[in-house]
Order: sequence, then C-alpha cells, then structure tokens
Amino acid sequence: MQDLEQFRQEVRRWLETNCPPSQRQPVTPKEQYWGGRRGKFPSEDARLWYERMRDKGWIVPEWPTEYGGGGLSDHQGRAIRQEMKRINARTPLYGIGIWMLGPALLEYGNDAQKQRHLPAIINGEIRWAQGYSEPGAGSDLASLQCKAEDKGDHFLVNGTKIWTTAADKCDWIFCLVRTNPDVKKQEGISFLLIDMDDPGISTTPIGLISGESEFCQTFFDNVKVPKENLVGELNKGWSVAKALLVHERKLMAEMGSDSPRKIVAPNDAAREYLAFENGKIADAQLRSDLVDYNMQMHAIALTHFRGFEEKAAGVRSAAPLVMKYLGTEAEKTKSELLLAIMGSRGLGWEGEGFTAEELDTLRLWAMSKAMTIAGGSSEIQLNVIAKSVLELPQPGEQ
Amino acid sequence: MALVLNEEQRLLRDTARDFLASTAPVSALRKLRDERDPLGYDPGLWQQMAELGWASIFLPEDYGGLDFGFAGTGIVMEECGRTLAASPLFTSAVVGASAVLLGGDDRQKAELLPAIAGGELTLALALEESHHHRPTHIDCRVTAEGEGFVLDGSKTFVLDGHSADQLLVVARSHGGATDSDGLSLLLVERTAAGVSCQRTIMADSRNAARLSFDRVRVDAGGLIGGLGDGWAILEPVLDRGRVAIAAEMMGCALEAFERTVAYLKERRQFGALIGSFQALQHRAAQMQADFELCRSVLLQALTAVDETPEQLPILASLAKAKLNELVKRVTNEAVQMHGGIGVTDELEIGFFLKRARVAMQIFGDTGYHKDRYATLCGY
Repeated sequence: MQDLEQFRQEVRRWLETNCPPSQRQPVTPKEQYWGGRRGKFPSEDARLWYERMRDKGWIVPEWPTEYGGGGLSDHQGRAIRQEMKRINARTPLYGIGIWMLGPALLEYGNDAQKQRHLPAIINGEIRWAQGYSEPGAGSDLASLQCKAEDKGDHFLVNGTKIWTTAADKCDWIFCLVRTNPDVKKQEGISFLLIDMDDPGISTTPIGLISGESEFCQTFFDNVKVPKENLVGELNKGWSVAKALLVHERKLMAEMGSDSPRKIVAPNDAAREYLAFENGKIADAQLRSDLVDYNMQMHAIALTHFRGFEEKAAGVRSAAPLVMKYLGTEAEKTKSELLLAIMGSRGLGWEGEGFTAEELDTLRLWAMSKAMTIAGGSSEIQLNVIAKSVLELPQPGEQ
Repeated sequence: MALVLNEEQRLLRDTARDFLASTAPVSALRKLRDERDPLGYDPGLWQQMAELGWASIFLPEDYGGLDFGFAGTGIVMEECGRTLAASPLFTSAVVGASAVLLGGDDRQKAELLPAIAGGELTLALALEESHHHRPTHIDCRVTAEGEGFVLDGSKTFVLDGHSADQLLVVARSHGGATDSDGLSLLLVERTAAGVSCQRTIMADSRNAARLSFDRVRVDAGGLIGGLGDGWAILEPVLDRGRVAIAAEMMGCALEAFERTVAYLKERRQFGALIGSFQALQHRAAQMQADFELCRSVLLQALTAVDETPEQLPILASLAKAKLNELVKRVTNEAVQMHGGIGVTDELEIGFFLKRARVAMQIFGDTGYHKDRYATLCGY
C-alpha cells in the first residue's frame, strides 16, 4: 500500500509535467481522438498528449508491455485513472478496441493475433467496430444468422449486423458468425475479425430518436475472411462473446461516472432551475426525486468501489453482474430528472432560445433510452442475475 | 476496514452465525412471545453473548472491551437479524455504551463501561416523545435543584424500557420546543421513585415501553456531558445506532430473501418449479441488485464510524434509508412469493415481516433520512 502511494505521487508529478493545460478541460465529442486509418487529432496538444501517454505505456496501463501496455497492476492502473480524473485530464485515445476487444484477445487470442492487433489499437492505427446484433437477433443474440462458410483457406461471410457503433468510421469489425446451423444455437457460433476495407462490406448510418446516428447497419456480401482471423476455436465463439460482453457491460455500467460528454449534474441544475425556500427545494416531488437519485448514485459508486476491492482481494462477488442493470437504469432516471428540473427549457430541440447545455440535455435524454437496451437489455440482465447469481431454475426446466 | 471483510471479521461472522443458529433461532423468539415472557429475552443467552465479547466489541481494552472496531458490531448485529435474536445488544451494548463512551467523564466511563461490557448492566435510551422519530422535539424537562436535577415528562417507544437497569433520558433544560440546543442526557435507575413504566406489546414481539417521570431526582453524577449540550453527544450516538440497526435489517432481509429463493426452487405449480417463471425471477433479481447496493452502503457506513466520523451523518442516513426500503420490499415479497403459507403464523417469514416494520421506525423512517440526506447535500 505504501508502494502504491509512492507510485501515485510519481504519477501525479508526471501528469503535472506532461499533460498540456488544454487537455485538462471537459471534452466535447468533436475533441475526442478515436484513432484509426481516418482518425485525426483534434489539435496539436491532443497529439502531444496522446504520444506522451503512448510512450509511457499508459494508454492501457494494465496490458503487457510487449503489446504497448504498461505492464502494471489493476491498483496501479486505477491510481493512474484517478490521478487523471483529479486534474480533469482527457482520455488520450478512445475506442472499443481498448475497452472490449483487447481484453477478449488477451484471454482468447493466439500469439499472432495479439501481436498483430493489440499494438495497432494502442498505436491508434486501427479503430474497431462491434458486430453482434442482427435485425432478427437482438435480446436473443444467440439466434444470429450472419453466416461464415468454410471454403478451405478462408471463410465466406454473408449477412448483416446492426447497431454497429460508428462503423462508418471504423477499420475492422469483430463479428459473431454462424459456422454451424445444425446444432444448439450457442454451439454453432464463431468469433471472427474482419477488415472493413475488404470487398463486399458496406455500412449505412441509422437515424435515431435523438436526431443523431451514431449506430449503423453493416452488410456482408460474399466477404472472404482469412482463416487466421478466427479467435478461439471454431464454433466456440459464444464463450468469447460472453467474456467480451462482461467488458461491455462494465463499460456501460460506468458510463455515467466517466462520460466523454460534459453533462449537466442534477444538483447543479436544481440550483439553476428550481425555487428554494428556507434552503430547501420548494417542489417537494422534485426534491424527493433528486434525493432518491443521489442516494442511488452514491450507493452505485460505493458498489463499483467494492467490486474493485473484491476483485483485488480475490473474493467472488455478485456485484459486477448487477452493475450494468443498475448503472444504465440510473442514467435513464437522471435524464428524466434533468428534464423535469428544466421544465420547458429542457424541451428545446435546436436553434435559438435555448442554451447548448439545455439542447444537449434533451438529446442525451433521448440517447439514454438506448442504454437499457444495448449490450443486453435490462430484462436480459435480470435473466442473467436470476440464473447466475440466484441459480433459479430455467424456463421449461422440470 | 475496507469494503471487504478481513480474516478476523469473517471468523467473527461465522462464529456468530453458528452460535445464533443453535442457541437463538427464530423459534426462541416465538417461545418468548407465546409464553408472554416477563423479561422479553433470555438472560442466559445474553450472558453467553457477553462472554463471547459481543457486549464490548468496539469498547477500548481499558474498559474491558475487545477494541475490535464498530465493523464487528455490524457483523454481530447482522447475524442477530438473521435469527431475530432478542437481547439488549442494540439498546445497551451499542446505543448505551456509545453514549457513555462519547459523552461520559472518566469516572462514569470507568464505572459504567466495564459493567456494560460484561453484560451485568443494561441501559435503554428514552428519547422519543411522539409516534415519529423527532430527536430534537423534546418536551421532557430537566431542572437543576440542590446538588442535582429533577426530571419531568414522558417517553414512548423506549426499546427495552421495561427491562433495562438504567434509563438514559433525553430532557430539555432550555431552548425552544424543537431546538437541538438545550438537550441533556441523564442516567436514571429504572426503579427510582417517580418513574412509572408501561410495557407495550409490539408487532415484533420485542421489548418496548412507555415511561413517565414525575419529579424524579437525579444526582449530579447522572448527567452525561454538560447540561444543555447533549445534542453533540446524542447525534453521533443516534448515527451509530442507525448504522447498527441497518446491519440488523440487512440480516433480517437476507434471511427472508434466502428462504424465499430456496422456496422458489422447491415449490411446483403448473407442472414447473415456480422459480422458473420470469415474473418471479425478475423481481428476485431486482432484489439481488438492491442487496448489492445495500451491502456496499452498509460496509462504508460501518467503516465511517471508526475511520471517517465526519462522513458518518450522511452515510448513516444513506444506510438507514436504503436498508429501510430494502427490508420493506424484501419482507413483502417474501410473504407474497410464499403464497398462502406466507400469511400463516406457522411459517417464520411473518416474524421477519413484523420485525422489519419496527426496525424501520427505529431512529428514523425512510422519509426522515431522505430529508436529512437532502439537507446535508444542501438542498
């Protein structure tokens, strides 16, 4: 623990010297660097900051040094993130390569795959998309139909993937594909890495209720994928998929506390938009809703902390399995609360008459509806808790 | 203590669980209830608990304590919640001992704490004057007279009020009817002249009483802290009590939940185990999620007692409010998911339901603590 404190002091000094002042401001979506073949640094300072962090090995502190990571422990990685947060240091490189694919490759990938793909993620060369859901396979993900046929030296992929986040800006996509249609649905799925520059791939954005279109649909028409791009064993992709979902759900659970967007905090909004009497919010219902939200977020933050402590201590716990459900439901609650606090000023869609924060709040409110659907809906999360934590009998089980 | 129990704490938990399962199961409370036991708890059990060190867990060694930390109190309270063990542990060894420890002078501490730690002396806090927790709404009067004081007024919902050896009475010497300024804590023998006591039979079959004080004389040594300065002692004492009762509610909720989940795995209807029905699975899973939150909140609040007392007020209110909501939801669902047998007296689930309702009112209901949390947050 004393060593960790010493490490933390070193991190603090290093960040103080190396993080440019412009990179210590809340970040807007346009100021984020996501890497990739078409990725551009939003500013010279952003480039400098990214390069210093990359050279230090702190883009992903916990990954092994041979792949460009820092080879550090979970506690050290956490100390770095906490110290970054303390000075509002921006995340130098965003991407689901870091958050989702990387951890899955470290667990399931072979040496050649790790050598090829992990450094490319950290070096910002490749931006990854996720190909999981299909129009006919949402909550019932394992019923997916996008197929990969064995053609000897390659797979031939045909089908479509939906909700492929930012796929129109990505270089590679990791996909769940059907490699055996004649067995139990989970046992005929494989995990493939596909270069989106390959012939036969096309992507179109999907317009959402938020007015944005960060999700896409991606189509595969006779796409040839080399055999070496199979991660894990053939027809064993469901295990890789589930491991990766754990990382995705963890990410979504924590999105509220570490959002790239500058979000209005409900307490600040209450002070700006609500009347107070004798130091209390005059509207009893809104005061009650606000305290419910704050207490829930307080409890969620403590549970994230407990989950981390338990992992470090090697204690098994149900905490991680409930966090996606709790975190995303709380995000939705927050958005509804902000709208209620802002009243009609929170209903502006665009243009004059509203502040940027007010407009943004409404768009985020619409976006928040996707949080309890994507990455396994709340109902699916409850199924998982019932099965894995409570070990309740499954439907149809006698 | 962090948010994970260490080896020593796990050992305490396992020992407490084994001891209570064999010595004080729910059937023991049923027996006390059915026999209308005059004391309301088993003094033999209480003596054994004291011998195990449970009456002295957080007390310093100088006063015969274990110096184990308040987390240990939480562990034992939680296990007592699992079997609904009736004893003066909460009123005397948690609330009473905290008041003397935080507010007493050296003489009072040396005289009282070892006796509390040994289980020979029991205290009860006489605080409430109305049917809701309003700790500054005190009408009970204390006036200086001669060398000592005179006490007048009445109290309600005094836990263990008819069985404790001494009463810790909250009374007012000055200030307005709802001011925190002007409150004092006075120790009174329960059998002193002018004290009258009416035992009240509560839903949970545990001890409570109404007390009245008619020109009760208290000598100078019975004042804990300064005259009129009692709030500075009472508030942290109440917060420690809130966290401890929250721990008991965790045990109560967890036991009711585990029994219910086990029932979902054995009860068959429509040719299937009812636990396979999604309507029940989702409600059970939501409760599991709430348990995870409450576990973290409780551990952090217990830690704050010893390590970050400046954070105790907000964490105590968070813990009490969250555990109130949890135990209410879980005990209601436990009855509902058991179906018809859930409303029979034969099944023990009803005991958990009833204890939960009383515990929810102890030292502040959900609304009280949400209001306090909001106020502490500045809105």
